Amino acid sequence: METTIAGYKINTTEDGYLTDFSQWTKEIGIELAKEQEIEMTDKHWEVVEFLQGKHKEDAALSIRGIKKSGVIDIKTFYALFPGGPLKKSTLIAGIPKPKSCI
Amino acid sequence: MATTVKKMLFILSKATIENVYAAFIMANGARMEGIESEIFFTFFGLEAIQKKKLEHLKVATVGNPAMHIPTMLGGLPGMEAFATKMMKKEMEKLDMPPVGEFLEILSDSGAKLWACKLAVEMFHLKEEDLIDDIDGILTIGDFYNRANTEDCHLLFI
Repeated sequence: METTIAGYKINTTEDGYLTDFSQWTKEIGIELAKEQEIEMTDKHWEVVEFLQGKHKEDAALSIRGIKKSGVIDIKTFYALFPGGPLKKSTLIAGIPKPKSCI
Repeated sequence: MATTVKKMLFILSKATIENVYAAFIMANGARMEGIESEIFFTFFGLEAIQKKKLEHLKVATVGNPAMHIPTMLGGLPGMEAFATKMMKKEMEKLDMPPVGEFLEILSDSGAKLWACKLAVEMFHLKEEDLIDDIDGILTIGDFYNRANTEDCHLLFI
């Protein structure tokens, strides 16, 4: 699907995930977060950058990976991205929805 | 697509690794989807929240046709430990946390962990035998009250 967000044209999956990370900008991230009723803070960005780094390494994402990351603990992760933290944070980060079950 | 399920309540009555992980993975998966989740540990399921036992859960090698070995062999000394070791190795490959760490993740994720009062009494357990992360000891009536919300599902494992 092609949509426009924050003045940028982007391609997304049906549930709103960017299909091409190179289209991602911070402004897009802010807008996607707003749609999820999330106001981005420095801590949010830190998590987003961590996830994007993992995506570049082609590493699988899991809640355990978040725990081990040293970037954020699980409680705070849930508090920052309420209602499905890994789903929402990856959406904002412009990377694919994690396929892991854990 | 958003699910209409709001809350999942799991009743874990067994202590074999496959059952414990089924409950944990589904309870964690629910939290990851923004669904509330709680686990009620009863009967042998209580082993999964006993400090001294939780890291020593085993795969059932006897009476388990899916092991594809004759039941007589499954009963030989060391078979259970061997099968458990193999399974844990495979789990680690998939980044599945050990039981203790998984309980920590569940608790930090906001999943509620309850011990069954009747089973705790039956096995003569004390509160200090159980992990610190449990949210309390409940009667089945208390637990049903927790199910008293819209779009809540109960699952017996």
